[in-house]
Amino acid sequence: MAVEKERRNFLGFALGGFTAIGSIAALGAMKRTWDPLPSVKAAGFTTVDLSTMEEDVLNVEKWRGKPIFILKKGPNDEENERDVIVNGSRFHISIGLCTHLGCIPAYKPADKNFLCACHGGTFNLSGEATKLPPEKALLIPPFKLDGTKLVIGEEGSEYKALKAANLLT
Amino acid sequence: MANFKKATSIGDWFDQRLGTKKIEKIMASEYWIPKNINFLWAMGMVLAITFKLLLISGIFLMMYYKPDVDLAFDSVNYTIMAEVGYGWLWRHIHAVAASVIFLIVYIHMFTAIYYGSYKQGREMIWISGMLLFVTFSAEAFSGYMLPWGQMSYWAGMVITNIFEGFSPEIAGGMLNAPGLVEWLRGDFVPGDAFLTRFYMLHVLLLPLAILGLIGLHFGALRIPHVNNQDGEDIDFEVESKKYLAGDTKGSKVMRFQFDFLSKDIFVLGVFLTFFFYLVFYHFTFALDPVNLDPANGLKTPAHIYPEWYFLWSYEVLRPFAKDPGLVAFMFAQVAFFLIPFLDRSPNVAPANKRGLFAIWFWVMLVDMIVLTIMGKLPPEGIFNVIGGVAVWTFLGLFIALPIITMLEKKK
Amino acid sequence: MKKKKLDKELIILGVVVFFSLVIYLGVETYAHSVMHKTVESEKYEYKDLAALSKTGDAVRGKELVTGAGACTGCHGIESQGMPAPMDALSAAGAYGVNPPDLGLSGVLYEEKFLAELIKNPTKALKVEHKFSADSPHPMPGFAGAGGDLDQEVADMVAYLKSIAPAEYTNKQAFENACARCHDMRYMKMSGLGDTPKFKFEKDTLAHKIKILEYKDHLSAYMGSTPPDLSTIIVARSGSFLTTFIENPQSHKEGTAMPRVGLTEEGATKVMGYLTESGDPAKDARNSLGWKVVLFFIIFTVLAYLWKQSVWRKLH
Repeated sequence: MAVEKERRNFLGFALGGFTAIGSIAALGAMKRTWDPLPSVKAAGFTTVDLSTMEEDVLNVEKWRGKPIFILKKGPNDEENERDVIVNGSRFHISIGLCTHLGCIPAYKPADKNFLCACHGGTFNLSGEATKLPPEKALLIPPFKLDGTKLVIGEEGSEYKALKAANLLT
Repeated sequence: MANFKKATSIGDWFDQRLGTKKIEKIMASEYWIPKNINFLWAMGMVLAITFKLLLISGIFLMMYYKPDVDLAFDSVNYTIMAEVGYGWLWRHIHAVAASVIFLIVYIHMFTAIYYGSYKQGREMIWISGMLLFVTFSAEAFSGYMLPWGQMSYWAGMVITNIFEGFSPEIAGGMLNAPGLVEWLRGDFVPGDAFLTRFYMLHVLLLPLAILGLIGLHFGALRIPHVNNQDGEDIDFEVESKKYLAGDTKGSKVMRFQFDFLSKDIFVLGVFLTFFFYLVFYHFTFALDPVNLDPANGLKTPAHIYPEWYFLWSYEVLRPFAKDPGLVAFMFAQVAFFLIPFLDRSPNVAPANKRGLFAIWFWVMLVDMIVLTIMGKLPPEGIFNVIGGVAVWTFLGLFIALPIITMLEKKK
Repeated sequence: MKKKKLDKELIILGVVVFFSLVIYLGVETYAHSVMHKTVESEKYEYKDLAALSKTGDAVRGKELVTGAGACTGCHGIESQGMPAPMDALSAAGAYGVNPPDLGLSGVLYEEKFLAELIKNPTKALKVEHKFSADSPHPMPGFAGAGGDLDQEVADMVAYLKSIAPAEYTNKQAFENACARCHDMRYMKMSGLGDTPKFKFEKDTLAHKIKILEYKDHLSAYMGSTPPDLSTIIVARSGSFLTTFIENPQSHKEGTAMPRVGLTEEGATKVMGYLTESGDPAKDARNSLGWKVVLFFIIFTVLAYLWKQSVWRKLH
């Protein structure tokens, strides 16, 4: 009788365990259903032509739903290690979201800075935080230079250099 | 405040607060089921699991489906079928389960009719079951609207047009309902309002009703107990005492958990093997090509037909003109509810031991199948004749039932 | 006692399976055979067309195609550096439909079909019910350049075959044979080719307008708008599609859709493209299917063994 009960329990556990394996596979399929769609992942690259940009005029592009600031610096604007140099011109490129809580800072050309309306933080023309609450600089997105074209979403050599020098934010 | 003692185990902690030990006894280990049963008794579990498959696959479909006449078709046939990870799998499971569940429902229903499991205290099980059938039918119909294919649109058009019959002429001015069809649709033709209200029904209201009715169905079963193959009136008190005393072989009953459940699970395994074979390799019966053409209000397909499980009641209305047809159709839905009351014999026994009732049963079964097949065929020539005979047989059977059961000898 | 019970259960199972099968066979197999007529496939033999009687010379063929045959007056041959004389939209405006590029014709279409098409388009395309002397087909038949017509036609077909690539994709087959009339929104393709992704909404809308204008020309020419084929592979049976493409008149008499004239390989590639659009999960389904069914077979065996051991105490 005890042997029978053991056999019964063993078979019961075998069945239970086998069912558990199936359930884990089913959960895996459910996880994949939740994944972002291929069309969403493919929309991850934006190409911008830098050659037509004017000095001290802020260009805002869209990349992965986020605003991207591209500012061509004029000769009087301070140079910065974070600048991206294309054809002799200096560009500031960053994700236009305040590093405090994510609002979009407004470009103030007269004050030569970005002012975030949510809590009053400011950034200079190189995206560095100049007034609290934000502490970190505006994040530089992965980018690649292709002549005068800027491809946002791909990691080019200039981006990798900035990353290695810890200048992304 | 109840007397709370320090818990001796996790089980004891829950038991002191929720009475879990008593629930476990009532629902599982001391829910006594007759031993004298066959695999048809497992259909209830098969239905519960198939419903669960529909709920889960439905949840994942809902993540990507767009209830809008311009977006619905492509949200299903492009986004879900081509883009979403395993989207095609949920869609196939959902479509095949929706069709197969009705096969199991009919097997379950006819099992109850065969063994007389609808009388002598079990009337509420039958009635709650029939309510479930009607609610499931509405759920299936509303779901079929959602992909917004050609069949969705034209089935919606045809079924709502049936209600045009509620005109002053038929009801003598009492049911004066001009525009009832438009009211149901929320528009002159099936359109966006039509789609979104059926989405609400399919995704929220009807599933809630189904869950409630399942609770009622299980509750109605608990007191009268499960029936057995011979309709024997078992003394569950005596037999359960025998079992608990150790005479598990001599007792006429067994525990729901795990005695009955172990057989349930085996039957479930057989069913699921067959079910998933259909899901992956043989599914066109559930994914009809006509519905894979986007809805077009200006072009009726060459052949429109309901899903197979509606064909018998579709056929019942066909021989008649529009208004009498609607009456016949309504009768067909209600007739099955009345079986416990039309059957005038108190005998709870399998049909083969009930004389004329056995003939009645097999004629009814074959007639339903004939109605089903005729419902799919074009209404012309010999098909019309056979269909007509089948419809009058169907109506006649319900009139005959009280007569033949009154003549039945008491067991 | 146990054996009797098992027999009884098997009989009950037999009854259930029997009646279920009767329903299935009646409702699906039989009813569908009544609703849809069966058309036998010709297997791409084009029996109504004559075989080529002469061996063609590709060099002479090139002279004819680009010269007296005047093919390149309407048709481009991009692979040979000869672009189409008009863009798709203007061509549709002029002729009703955009004349196809000829670079793939030699390998995509049957040579018998091509030969007949050059001489007598309405006959090859089986649209004699639509066009006549009074309302002629936009493509004029080739009456010959002064020599033996059959020889000249054979030369032109030989040239088309000589420039056709050895390999071509499902997409190329569809684009040439079908896309000029049928959109494929799931593959982002229209009569104007692949739909590009635009940055500005104005450009997206401008392209959409062009597609609609193209479709207007097409419906005026055809009499109705050819349907989008994104889901056609699952909206019709395989045998219907094969026989319909082989000869549209066999299923829809009087239809404006021409016979396409595909080779067997061409037809297979077209169907392959239709499957990419309408049934992209086919391979995944077949590869996962047997694993899931096997899982449940093992599950059933384990469940049976467990059930047996539980019920030992009950018998």
